[in-house]
Amino acid sequence: MNSAPKGLAADQVHLWRGDRHILNGVSLGVAPGEMLQVSGPNGAGKTTLLRVLCGLIRPEQGAVTWRGQSIRHDPLAYQADMAYASHEPALKADLTALENLRFAVGLKVRISEVELCAALDRLGVADCAQLPARVLSAGQRRRVSMARILAMRASLWLLDEPFANLDARGSDVLLQLLDEHLSGGGLALVVAHHDIRLRTAASHLELAA
Amino acid sequence: MRVNLTTAAALIVRRELLLGFRRPDQLLQPLMFFLIVTTLFPLALSPQLSLLRDMAPGVLWVAALLSSLLSIDALFKGDADDGTLEQLVLSGIPLGVIVIAKTLAHWLISGAALVVVSPLVGMALGMPIAAFGTMMLSLALGTLTLSWLGAIGAGLTVGLRRGSMLLSLIVLPLASPLLIFGASATDRAMTGSASGGALYLLAALCVLTSTLAPLAIAAALRITLE
Repeated sequence: MNSAPKGLAADQVHLWRGDRHILNGVSLGVAPGEMLQVSGPNGAGKTTLLRVLCGLIRPEQGAVTWRGQSIRHDPLAYQADMAYASHEPALKADLTALENLRFAVGLKVRISEVELCAALDRLGVADCAQLPARVLSAGQRRRVSMARILAMRASLWLLDEPFANLDARGSDVLLQLLDEHLSGGGLALVVAHHDIRLRTAASHLELAA
Repeated sequence: MRVNLTTAAALIVRRELLLGFRRPDQLLQPLMFFLIVTTLFPLALSPQLSLLRDMAPGVLWVAALLSSLLSIDALFKGDADDGTLEQLVLSGIPLGVIVIAKTLAHWLISGAALVVVSPLVGMALGMPIAAFGTMMLSLALGTLTLSWLGAIGAGLTVGLRRGSMLLSLIVLPLASPLLIFGASATDRAMTGSASGGALYLLAALCVLTSTLAPLAIAAALRITLE
């Protein structure tokens, strides 16, 4: 695939875990305004690929570049441009939804309480703002974690199964957000098993088992 | 607009304190442990005040060491389990700043609290009130150093399923100089001789760990997350 100097690109990424060759020469490119959907059977290395792309795991071979520069070059600047949602919603059970957002987003951008509440409202969980994450349902937690992605105002979204636990209404909201993000020049890389029906065309990467 | 480091550090400290006070059991457990262990000694040995007074510095310091270890185990574990550690690491804030803020916040709710209740234990063991100042100062320096050392161990063992045993094996040998100088400072203050030397050594260890430990903790966490 072509390298995308303005966006995110991975070139021949290899990763082994013991004897297992988890990522076997994965190459991809995402340009501004584009979405790449990653799918594949369980254990194909989708989550691992996402963790490599966000810089948590260093690949044994190959390089990941963001805007033409290796993400190792200035990891903090890359992290500021990027929002990652792992498969688990990453919420502190003892903090309220709003506090969770305040502490997670507040490290990335200066943001007011009003904006945080607006993000929760957009995902339809404004009424959960003052509830501890412990009492929220799995779907509500997913919505709060997507509100975190939204509030981070990052240009690159790396989402690991963001549709998991979401009901039809929640999925619609998330699709809408993705559309808005892409039409605003954002990039997204989404791990999902079903087809994502976006207004803009999405490219597709299938990882083999 | 990027967040400046002081704001970020303050935010993390607030997060940790809030989490600490939401779970008072985790906060009180090391403190109760400290109080109970020190009261076990008079029961096991003899309630004779002269004997207790002789042993007080050692008892106090061993109990402080163990109680610090008890609480440090959870420093990164909770965040690693629920996935928030990844979010912190990817927040665009240098990992060193994050671990400094987290460790200092942890010291505030464990070490500093222990320093505050230590006169109570000192009195129970018959220590002269004149020695309390030195005892509290040495404990403050010592528990802070222990928090740094413990955080290195916690960073290294956070990915392991039964890491707490390994944590003690890593940290306890490193902590022995603290025990020696801390107990000696307290002992000297009790007998009225100059305790400055031991206190300076404790302060030196504290400065050494405060400056170097964050690098080690950050490196340990990076490895664990891979």
